[in-house]
Amino acid sequence: MSNISDQVILETKRLTKHYGGVHALTDADFVLRKGEHVAIMGDNGAGKSTFVRQITGVEQRTSGTIIFDGNEVSFAGPIHAREAGIETVFQTLALADDLDVPDNLFLGREKTKLDWLGPFRILDYKAMRQATIEGLERTAVKIPNIRNTIQNMSGGQRQCVAIARTATFASKLTIMDEPTAALGVQETEQVENIIRTLKEAGEPLILISHNMRQVMDLVDRIVVFRRGRIVANLKKEETDGQDVVAYITGAKTGAEYETA
Amino acid sequence: MAQTTEGTGGLPFDKKKRSWPNELNILIALIIIIGIFELLGQVLPYMNDQSFLFDTRDRFDSIFNEARLRIIILQVSIIGIIALGVTQVIISGGIDLSSGPLVGATAMIVMSFAQTELVNGGPNPKAVFGEWAFDLPLLIPIIVGLAFGAFIGFINGSLIAFTRIPPFIATLGMFLICRGIAQAWTRGKPVSFPTESYAGLGSGMMPVYWFIGLAILFHLILKYTVYGKHTYAIGSNEEAARMSGINVQRHKVLIYMIASMLAAFAAIILSSKNLTAQSGMGIFYELYAIAMAVIGGVSLTGGRGSIVGTVLGAMVFGVIQSGFTYIKLDAYYQLMAMGAIIISAVVLDKVRQERTSMRK
Repeated sequence: MSNISDQVILETKRLTKHYGGVHALTDADFVLRKGEHVAIMGDNGAGKSTFVRQITGVEQRTSGTIIFDGNEVSFAGPIHAREAGIETVFQTLALADDLDVPDNLFLGREKTKLDWLGPFRILDYKAMRQATIEGLERTAVKIPNIRNTIQNMSGGQRQCVAIARTATFASKLTIMDEPTAALGVQETEQVENIIRTLKEAGEPLILISHNMRQVMDLVDRIVVFRRGRIVANLKKEETDGQDVVAYITGAKTGAEYETA
Repeated sequence: MAQTTEGTGGLPFDKKKRSWPNELNILIALIIIIGIFELLGQVLPYMNDQSFLFDTRDRFDSIFNEARLRIIILQVSIIGIIALGVTQVIISGGIDLSSGPLVGATAMIVMSFAQTELVNGGPNPKAVFGEWAFDLPLLIPIIVGLAFGAFIGFINGSLIAFTRIPPFIATLGMFLICRGIAQAWTRGKPVSFPTESYAGLGSGMMPVYWFIGLAILFHLILKYTVYGKHTYAIGSNEEAARMSGINVQRHKVLIYMIASMLAAFAAIILSSKNLTAQSGMGIFYELYAIAMAVIGGVSLTGGRGSIVGTVLGAMVFGVIQSGFTYIKLDAYYQLMAMGAIIISAVVLDKVRQERTSMRK
């Protein structure tokens, strides 16, 4: 028993979030093990993004507990979550267009020299470039010139840069919020390849996606949200697309969730 | 392996993909503008074949018209110091309209602490304070001036960062407040007769040396420090900067403080150079400083621009101003033409921006 809980990277117990009178998330019990890739699915407004926002500290939960990497945590903001090792690729890419790839990867956590200079401490460009290339190679991201500004890159390349942060900083958990929603076929494939690389490297992942094919392709387990509750927890091998859709629309509810 | 240090995943590093630096465009523009004035000197009938920049008189052996060059660079260096600060503010996505009046207010205050006791053997006729304020060490007026600048910048930055009112409004208010301070300080009377050491700060070519020195300093700061990187990041995508853990509010306060301290320093140099301070000093300086930055390729939408660009923009500004005088254009028309040039610079920036976004 203790062996299993050792392997759990993230666990939430009765995680609840109310916005005024709106119950956006109710009693969400969720477990993610090390190396596991889990998809979160559900209709718009089902509570997927709310769930992620509580974990990443973007918002503060109403009640419930979050256990990350063996410790109960309460992140005051996304920065704290990131420092603890949760890397989030937001739907709106948090990239600065006029900066190049290493600048973006290291934004807010630059490698520096002469730290006693305070805000005027010197940037260690060489070390950041080196780490960027290593991170990109680990995720198999292809970018012709990392010293180009992000502005001149395609949507797929930009998405890859955002994802490559994960690999560069050796995070313990990656969360991606619809990473391929705005991408073309080839670019989507590129991002999916990165996700496979993360899987091979044993990095745990939470993937929010509406794309059934992608989910079936990539993850080990699917958690379905409906009306602020988790209504199903399905192993990929024991389900299929139609089954998942039935849970999403409410035609079906998981046996263990009947009372909910 | 050397090849992949710039690119990854086996894609070759394409050197041509490195963008053509914008600063080169401005340098080319500068040369073209000089060429135009040179040509006008030959073409316009009333110019008697004078040269704009070159010395064509037989009895002198220098190539350039050094007097004109000196005037051009001296003219732009004081406003140029302000433009260095304005550049940082604009890169961060803001604007500072208060720098001109701040020059007036700072000059008045600083000069009051820099007065000498005896003027031509008699007492100083323009004394502001009592005897204690005469012949103070040079450091005191400088510290007072920079502290006043820092204070005004702190208020500007705090208003913008914490109340989230538009920078335009915050600094427009400060524009009037500073002009008011400048006039209230002595009820409009000029303050004059500084100590010898104070007069030395801005005498001769000193303003030019200050300008060049500060330009180099801030070029290095913007390019190689965390402060610079975060300034660009905030101007480029403030939300991303915030999500990346940058303390955007604190950083903005710092930027406006630095900008106002540079304007205050310009006031010290200006009052030292003129040996007097008047409440009307620095009229239009805020706009000229913004113009220098914009001509130098600093984007009003934030995120792009450089100190090198602004220095070149200042040179373009100075050459145009001097050129107008050279072709004997009436001062009234000079203002109009200057306005047109500033608008064209912004339009050019816009076109350039749309072209880059189309390449995507």
